[in-house]
Amino acid sequence: MILARVVGNIVATRKDPRLEGRKLLILQPVSPEGKPEGSYAVAVDTVTAGNRELVLAVSGSSARMAEGCKDAPLDLAIVGIVDEVSLDDPPQAK
Amino acid sequence: MQLGRVVGRVWCTVKSPALEAQRLLIVQPVTPELENTGRRLICLDAVGTGTGELIYWCRGKESSFPFLPREVPADATVVGIIDEVHVDRRLS
Repeated sequence: MILARVVGNIVATRKDPRLEGRKLLILQPVSPEGKPEGSYAVAVDTVTAGNRELVLAVSGSSARMAEGCKDAPLDLAIVGIVDEVSLDDPPQAK
Repeated sequence: MQLGRVVGRVWCTVKSPALEAQRLLIVQPVTPELENTGRRLICLDAVGTGTGELIYWCRGKESSFPFLPREVPADATVVGIIDEVHVDRRLS
């Protein structure tokens, strides 16, 4: 799973019927410190996340096991809203 | 499966019901020489791991198998705690 920040949403009228009624959000993956890393992705929201929130997203075929996403054509689903991140190890000096 | 070290934890109150009571760990992938490599990621815990422990984790749909018959939305799960690593880099 990855940590990501919600940075926007997407509206799509024509889409697969199994995605109807699902909220589509744009995610920016972030490091545990909150720094952006990697490129943007579109995810299906299953936990009513809001803009700018830090979320937990699951990718690949496992994303279909998120609530109400069975057999839906998706590969990234938001499955949690993050309250707290605790890091015990400072990142290794490069 | 890949080697990693548990470097932290994540807490979510609002989450998919299937993730209830699951521990979320921040895992730093490491090489067999135990040097950090690649991005940290969030894994579920199938073996009761603590912070700082050397572990191995699996990715993909298989990472939800330790929790069967519950269908947990997981794409990375810690499936073992490593006691020792032996590496022999000599070519035959």
